[in-house]
Amino acid sequence: MLGKTAGGLYWMFRFLERSENTARLIEAGFRIALTRSSDTASEWKSVVTTAGVRSSYDAKYDSYTSVNVVDFLLRDPANPSSVMSSAEKARTNARMVRTALTTEVWEAVNENWMVLRDTLKRPVKETDLPTVLGNIRRQSALVRGAMHGTMLRTDIYDFAQIGTALERADNTARIIDVKYYTLLPSAQFVGSALDNVQWETILRSVSAHRSFRWLNEDDMTSANIADFLILDSRFPRSLSFCSRIIEDSFGFLAKDYNQTHPCHDVIEAQRNTFRSLSIAMVFDTGLHQFITDFINQNNALGQQIEADYRFNG
Amino acid sequence: MRTGEDDFFVLEDNARTPSGVSYMLENRETMLQMFPELFSQNKVKPVSNYPKNLRRSLEASAPANCDGRPTVAILTPGIHNSAYFEHSFLADQMGVELVEGHDLRVMDGRIKMRTTRGYKTIDVLYRRVDDDYLDPLSFNPDSMLGVPGIMDVYRAGNITIANAPGTGIADDKAIYSYMPEIVEFYTGEKALLKNVQTFRCSEADSLKYVLENLDELVVKEVHGSGGYGMLVGPAASKKEITNFAAKLRKNPSNYIAQPTLSLSTVPIFAKKGLAPRHVDLRPFVLLSPKGMDITPGGLTRVALKEGSLVVNSSQGGGTKDTWVLED
Repeated sequence: MLGKTAGGLYWMFRFLERSENTARLIEAGFRIALTRSSDTASEWKSVVTTAGVRSSYDAKYDSYTSVNVVDFLLRDPANPSSVMSSAEKARTNARMVRTALTTEVWEAVNENWMVLRDTLKRPVKETDLPTVLGNIRRQSALVRGAMHGTMLRTDIYDFAQIGTALERADNTARIIDVKYYTLLPSAQFVGSALDNVQWETILRSVSAHRSFRWLNEDDMTSANIADFLILDSRFPRSLSFCSRIIEDSFGFLAKDYNQTHPCHDVIEAQRNTFRSLSIAMVFDTGLHQFITDFINQNNALGQQIEADYRFNG
Repeated sequence: MRTGEDDFFVLEDNARTPSGVSYMLENRETMLQMFPELFSQNKVKPVSNYPKNLRRSLEASAPANCDGRPTVAILTPGIHNSAYFEHSFLADQMGVELVEGHDLRVMDGRIKMRTTRGYKTIDVLYRRVDDDYLDPLSFNPDSMLGVPGIMDVYRAGNITIANAPGTGIADDKAIYSYMPEIVEFYTGEKALLKNVQTFRCSEADSLKYVLENLDELVVKEVHGSGGYGMLVGPAASKKEITNFAAKLRKNPSNYIAQPTLSLSTVPIFAKKGLAPRHVDLRPFVLLSPKGMDITPGGLTRVALKEGSLVVNSSQGGGTKDTWVLED
């Protein structure tokens, strides 16, 4: 496969994942804004921070209001990570790697872009927001479904998986990074555990408020939530889960190509860390430090892959 | 093109980077889905072998020093080119890589493409990039679409470029006017298809005639394509004719002129129902050291505007599926 094609696949799936994650962040923020009267501005601020677009937002707006944040995250061309920008870049990459995709996948990603282009042509009214966010999730589910149902399990699939998992791990890690202080053991004194708005927001941002309860019998403690987000091998958005997907895909590539690279060592080291890690140990080293290290490692891994598989020359 | 029941003419030759074959294939696919009964009632020769034959022709053109199955790739200017769909379509159908200039480099005297497993040698490059942009070291120095040094590799016989650089000379409309003689010189036989009568404006007598009859002639630039830079006399205003005459006098050898022919029409489904529109036909021929392969079909181009003779898709023309029936 051409290095450019591998890079195109990787970025196509990173951007698809990003557009879906951004929609999910908006959904969580919107719910808080609707159900809590106090201080929605600081909630929206942490949503913008989590999306990693603080500086471009601040350059445009002075305050964090629902209308501005939702518009900026959904459809502002000045925001390179907005849902629309991401869907557009996903499609541009898909066009570039058109020959590596099945017709079904290409049509799904093209339709994703067309539907969003029409839906997001004008600012979205508050009353329409739930429908629009639902559409975004459904369109990206169609792409993923076409992917799983029709693509050959070759290196093409591996690079797509790596892109998805890396972006998803980055997203989950950034959610923890912004809200880590609410998960520190001392935070339990702030309010009664069952009523912790912040925890609910975190779980909603990864669409896991129900699965968490189901797995943990509603035992909401900061340690349980952190364990769920970082180490749970059953939760498809946990750091450990994403890291395993990357390890698996690297394994397939190594077997397929009969060739290993520095990126294989990086992921192996990360996997070894996860295998022997408990949430108590994470709190011992410091949750914030752990997450910061993880984000840096994840970024470095991305750059290593680009170099090892010659995405750019 | 056809002007009467049995009157077929050759209007032009396309040997540079001829496009449109993907429309031929997709038109047929669409027709098969929409009118399956037509195909069960009529024995229509299939065109779907084209990509396979193209790959075979390209492989047969590999350099002599290529051992094993030749590696073929398509060179595209990229996703912003209007024919990008066709490039990726053909790469997909042939099962070959679709490369851009920046995927390629010269290494050890060969052209290699950057893959996830390392650099891989290309033996045959089906290029859909114009000559001028192929190699910034040999041609347009500002080109970002080509591969620096590819012409050296080509001259050393280490890669086949198809169509070969320079074949565009056959597209030149002044060369076209000599085609009947060229055919006879090389084959010893008269050409089967007639040429359209062509006046070379570089010749004084012809120029005089053309200037006197501009309102009845079609005047074209010798290197033009896409239906641009031409004058359709009968459809032009007085002012347009005067302006064009000035251009013609200034640089006569840049132009040829032909009588306005009445292209045949086919029915199309217009807003008000069935209506006749002018068409021409673009057949596709593959030529390699192993022989010639004429595709039993082609691209019929339709001028969608009433009375218009401009069939180019870049100017709003449409296309039609074209059948060759089994005997």
